[in-house]
Amino acid sequence: MTRKQRKTLIRILLSALLLGGLLLIPEDSLGRVPMFLLYLVPYGIIGYDILKKAFRGILNRQVFDENFLMAVATLGALAIGLLKTGDFVEAVAVMWFYQIGELFQSYAVGKSRKNISALMDIRPDTARLLTADGPEETDPEQVPVGSIILVNPGEKVPIDGIVEEGESSLNTSALTGESIPRDVKPGDEIISGCVNMSGVLRIRTTKEFGESTVSKILELVENASSLKSRSENFISRFARYYTPAVVIGALALAVLPPAVRGLFLGVAPEWGEWIYRALTFLVISCPCALVISIPLSFFAGIGGAGKAGILVKGSVWLEKLAQAGTVVFDKTGTLTQGRFEVTAVHHSPLTDEELLEYAALAESSSSHPIAVSIRNACSRKPDLSRVSRVEEISGNGVCVMVDGKQVACGNARLMEHLGISFTDCHETGTIVHMAIDGAYAGHIVISDREKPESREAIAELKATGIRRTVMLTGDRDAVARQVADRLGLDQVYSDLLPEDKVSLLEELLKSRNPKEVLVFVGDGINDAPVLTRADLGIAMGAMGSDAAIEAADIVLMDDNPLKIPKAIRIARKCMRIVRQNIVFALAVKAVCLILGALGIANMWIAVFADVGVMILAVLNAIRALFIRRL
Amino acid sequence: MKKTYKIEVDCANCANKMESAAARVSGVETVTVNFMTQKMIVSFRENEDPAAVMKEVVKACKKVESDCEIYL
Repeated sequence: MTRKQRKTLIRILLSALLLGGLLLIPEDSLGRVPMFLLYLVPYGIIGYDILKKAFRGILNRQVFDENFLMAVATLGALAIGLLKTGDFVEAVAVMWFYQIGELFQSYAVGKSRKNISALMDIRPDTARLLTADGPEETDPEQVPVGSIILVNPGEKVPIDGIVEEGESSLNTSALTGESIPRDVKPGDEIISGCVNMSGVLRIRTTKEFGESTVSKILELVENASSLKSRSENFISRFARYYTPAVVIGALALAVLPPAVRGLFLGVAPEWGEWIYRALTFLVISCPCALVISIPLSFFAGIGGAGKAGILVKGSVWLEKLAQAGTVVFDKTGTLTQGRFEVTAVHHSPLTDEELLEYAALAESSSSHPIAVSIRNACSRKPDLSRVSRVEEISGNGVCVMVDGKQVACGNARLMEHLGISFTDCHETGTIVHMAIDGAYAGHIVISDREKPESREAIAELKATGIRRTVMLTGDRDAVARQVADRLGLDQVYSDLLPEDKVSLLEELLKSRNPKEVLVFVGDGINDAPVLTRADLGIAMGAMGSDAAIEAADIVLMDDNPLKIPKAIRIARKCMRIVRQNIVFALAVKAVCLILGALGIANMWIAVFADVGVMILAVLNAIRALFIRRL
Repeated sequence: MKKTYKIEVDCANCANKMESAAARVSGVETVTVNFMTQKMIVSFRENEDPAAVMKEVVKACKKVESDCEIYL
């Protein structure tokens, strides 16, 4: 509890004790005025800040807020007590319950806020810089690029870099929401914000602190744009008209019926009764439940999403995501891993392993991505002494001698050039044909692997009600179709240049249902313009590109496509809660307002309605935080 | 120029109120009040003295939410 909350709690307890004591005084033992003065003590203790705020509000021309409503209602009740009924308990009790509600609200909000911010607390305070005299703790901002830092188990990695020495597992859950630790060994890249779990690591920094992942993410979290959702705007607009309207309504209720009764009907005007009803009306009408719970729901929804490694830049995006109808994907790096790998070996008289080893030896001197992926697929490190007479045939492949055998390794044109008959491949991807001593030895298929979760992600998207899934890619049509079929996408556009993607997206935007939101998901590598152009841009793998983080509205910290349906479900849940709260609060208020105007509901019911609805709405709003089972 | 200030505010709606009040202060280019991190990020217009602008911001915020605190 904060100091302010403790103070309120003490005031609540103290005024309750005093009120209890006052209730023990038998009625009529004291005059009405001394009783009034006695009741003023607990009233003052519990309500002075509300009165002060209401007064300040009037001075600042911010008249109609909940403080004003409470102040007028309770002061009015006191006045009725003094002049007519002699009942002062009600005024104090209304203030008391109101304060209980406020305290509860502030406590619950503070608690959930701390929960969220603790999870997002990835800021490293110090870095252990390795100097000539051993490790030295410094401000991470002071560490130049290329220095060596030490990270002990239990510490956060302060700056992005490459592991020089040491092996360990890293807990990346604060960044990605992923609970499985990631193992690192020398040579691996390491991103700041992860927590080192097991061994001491020596890291050579590759970035300055300000450019490191952790700083970028913190900037994003703290600077989330202030774009407000329509629901929030609705509530603030609503409150602007609503409060004055109920005040006028209450005034009318206090003045009109007794005036009509007195002047036209010739019966007793009953001013006290109608003023009391008007005050009850005011207490009921307090819009706290709405103005507090709606922003809180969004806040909790964004916080909950953050816990899962989904950073939402503003409540408006959460609202839009809930209305998603079309999801457009970029292929490479989003649905596929964006890394080329050997995916198959065909038609080889040798074992796969042997063929791969020949290929790796043949390609051992090349730095081409294809060569690299072949070498990665080969489990043994190529022994360069076995290779001689390397002859590169530019653009087609390479011919070398391995262990005295003539090995040719390259594309179809190379085989044709050498006059070797070969078997073409039915699979898509890059095909590397092999010939050994002039005889065809099969081919190796290299392709960009789909992410293992992609298929499931598309299926889940459809299950959540996404009507259209589209893939855009710069790849050849055949490859694109095969991938799209396997993943279950509805539409695919291939052979696109980066600038085509924007114009294609424009067309998709024109053809979609205007009530639905078109979401574009990319990894930010040359699709930043598309991310901006879409109704809602989601960037994957925030570690990827700064431009994407800037351009996107929602950023997924890791590159798991399953996070997309999850984000949609979080957004939907949040919006559901917002709607529930709006309907629930307004319905209860409407019923109570009518009952109050008819004189059925008294002030006790009014304050229970107000505080009760608020507490329920706040509890409901906090539910948006819990996203684990979504 | 962009500066970050620590703030203290109780409710998400109050943070929204502060944000819109601060945004209306002349000299403030954009402002974000982050309820979660309890921070106010103000970017000032060119040739404005942040200290003077912040004085106005505090005044504006106190008007709409007398409970709030901004630590300059």
